[in-house]
Amino acid sequence: MTSTRANRPLLEVRNLRVEFPTRRGTLVAVDDVSFHIDAGEVLGVVGESGAGKSLTGAAIIGLLEPPGRIAGGEVRLEDKRIDNLSAEHLRRIRGRQIGAVFQDPLTSLDPLFTVGQQLVETIMTHLDLSEAQARSRAIELLREVGIPGAERRIDHYPHQFSGGMRQRVVIALALCAQPRLIIADEPTTALDVSIQAQIITLLKRLCREHGAAVMLVTHDMGVIAETADRVAVMYAGRIAEIGPVGEVIRKPRHPYTIGLMGSIPKLDRAVARLVQIEGAMPRLTAIPTGCAFNPRCPKVFERCRHERPDLMPVETNHAACWLHAPTLTEATRG
Amino acid sequence: MADGSTPPGGPKSGPLLSVRNIARYFDVSKPWLARVIEGQPRLLLKAVDGVSFDIPRGQTLSLVGESGCGKSTVARLVVGLYRPTRGQVEFEGVNVTALRRRSELAPIRRRFQMIFQDPYASLNPRWRVRDIIAEPIRAHGLMKDSGALNRRVDELLRLVRLAPADGEKYPHEFSGGQRQRISIARALSSNPEFLVCDEPTSALDVSVQAQILNLMKDLQRELGLTYLFISHNLAVVFHISDRVGVMYLGRIVELAESKALFAAPQHPYTRMLLDAIPDLEMSGRGRTPVAGEVPNPLNPPTGCAFHPRCPWANERCRREEPVAKPAPNGALAACHAVEERRIPEKTG
Ligand SMILES: Nc1ncnc2c1ncn2[C@@H]1O[C@H](COP(=O)(O)OP(=O)(O)OP(=O)(O)O)[C@@H](O)[C@H]1O
Ligand SMILES: Nc1ncnc2c1ncn2[C@@H]1O[C@H](COP(=O)(O)OP(=O)(O)O)[C@@H](O)[C@H]1O
Ligand code: SF4
Ligand code: SF4
Ligand SMILES: [Mg+2]
Ligand SMILES: [Mg+2]
Repeated sequence: MTSTRANRPLLEVRNLRVEFPTRRGTLVAVDDVSFHIDAGEVLGVVGESGAGKSLTGAAIIGLLEPPGRIAGGEVRLEDKRIDNLSAEHLRRIRGRQIGAVFQDPLTSLDPLFTVGQQLVETIMTHLDLSEAQARSRAIELLREVGIPGAERRIDHYPHQFSGGMRQRVVIALALCAQPRLIIADEPTTALDVSIQAQIITLLKRLCREHGAAVMLVTHDMGVIAETADRVAVMYAGRIAEIGPVGEVIRKPRHPYTIGLMGSIPKLDRAVARLVQIEGAMPRLTAIPTGCAFNPRCPKVFERCRHERPDLMPVETNHAACWLHAPTLTEATRG
Repeated sequence: MADGSTPPGGPKSGPLLSVRNIARYFDVSKPWLARVIEGQPRLLLKAVDGVSFDIPRGQTLSLVGESGCGKSTVARLVVGLYRPTRGQVEFEGVNVTALRRRSELAPIRRRFQMIFQDPYASLNPRWRVRDIIAEPIRAHGLMKDSGALNRRVDELLRLVRLAPADGEKYPHEFSGGQRQRISIARALSSNPEFLVCDEPTSALDVSVQAQILNLMKDLQRELGLTYLFISHNLAVVFHISDRVGVMYLGRIVELAESKALFAAPQHPYTRMLLDAIPDLEMSGRGRTPVAGEVPNPLNPPTGCAFHPRCPWANERCRREEPVAKPAPNGALAACHAVEERRIPEKTG
């Protein structure tokens, strides 16, 4: 499952920082985030709402809404920096090399045009094909994402599709130009489990067959469990823990991940009470010093309140938590 | 537990709430003139079409099902926000549907309240939290003395694990989870015995959801509350419910004890839903994607409405609508194949 890193990863994010200048000072929404995704790999990104998941995705594809801006770090796609490109250059890369799928399929589709018109236009923008060729490619894509009767459905308008079908059309649209990287932000959150399963199966198959790298943003651990190869857990703009999906889910090392896993109701284990993380994630204006999780952490100790932990290796995972500091470091710091 | 809270005259045995064959149709035809010109018939959408269940005092019954199956419509029928097309709702044996005069309805209405999905939309942004929570008390004229009212609101805030000082703030100063606590405090302020909760945690993060679900269970124990709980999340339903009704296209297709339903689902639709749940334990089970989609409710399939998606469908299913009958797991299931014992028991 884990891919080798003999070659450079397809996507590499280093020390990414996203800021919002406001009247009352600068808000840091994404703070020193680093990770990579290999070709053919699905990286899951989980965390509570406001953790910075969507902004991380938006920063990578250059779709941050001003005044939000990348204030530090770099993003590399196939070893080329893409965080400092012109808007025009980036737009071309976005369609061609990066495909994006968002939560609400209706906002990604234009209600005034048929699904086919939208697919054909996108295909012709990115690939050197005639209209007829683009149309047959569009039908092929619709078939590939599992739309029955694609030859007929291609001439229908978005509102004539159900929610699950619309989301599949959006995925088809994102795949038009056979991108190397797919960023999917809560692609199944608005859907029922039944349809969710179809979309997830589809994303996985595409990742496998096209060797694309997928960044799958969701707050649904179940979706991550069955889709991702590795998972990054975000908290207050930073990665709290990252590692192979089975390790993070079954043997979380960071107290926040442990709480998060315990708070999920499970079908195979009846419990009287769910594990409860007290309090709420801090607002960006009031991120605690030291470890941002410290006011809610059952394991908090003195160091956590004034020193901020970076990601540290813990067996297969990396966790940003002082519980996992090598004792050596502690000794040298006195 | 129930004894103290049972009002004089009310029967002490029997369910607190009984829903009897309730239905609600919506007229979704075009305006009359357009219809006549285009020669189209009236279009009726059968959002809920013959739903029955009982909830004993102090218990939780949940309704699950895919979007559009009619869960919220049942909730609204139960609290009286919609009038039923047919059928009735009984509260302690009293047919609430038949009551029309305010003087008869008000004392019963006070005893059930509703909590909605969206903690952002359901609180008036211009009111202080204290006034939001006190609103049902004022509306029902339950307390005249303002000192007593304030003390009651303080008590309610503490009950939902907020602080009395939070009463002076406005809704926008709270997170989603805190707002849902405020909704719960408001719902509890008229001392109801029965709460209808329509997806109360669907808009919340799992960690916040855990806080709210724990709170709801604690309150149920402390106050002897009875819940009708609505959700599309099967794991949440498993956690909170004593009994579960699975809805499909306006009907309950299976109704069973929660444990039995999850251990030995009978109806093919229930099995399909359970198989579609992502596997958090990563046992390698892999989920089975559900075939097909919910049919158009304006044009439901003949016979069993589930037949176009059902692996067990046969000629009888396409022709004859199944009725709810007792099934092996002690459930009621509306399925010919279950009745004919054509489907093997689910194992593992
Ligand atoms: N006021 C209305 N007028 C017309 N149709 C309606 C009305 N309210 C609901 N419906 C229809 O009735 C059916 C059931 O709707 P309902 O809101 O009860 O579904 P639900 O199970 O709560 O779905 P969800 O999980 O999406 O909340 C749907 O087809 C819906 O479109
Ligand atoms: N335009 C904006 N101005 C100020 N803060 C913002 C803006 N957009 C997002 N944020 C803040 O950045 C943080 C991370 O947001 P987001 O990435 O959307 O979170 P997630 O996707 O994890 O729910 C949140 O605290 C959010 O309120
Ligand atoms: S660093 Fe300290 S406060 Fe933060 S998660 Fe670890 S133990 Fe808890
Ligand atoms: S009645 Fe027939 S079609 Fe309906 S669920 Fe049972 S087997 Fe399937
Ligand atoms: Mg988001
Ligand atoms: Mg609903």
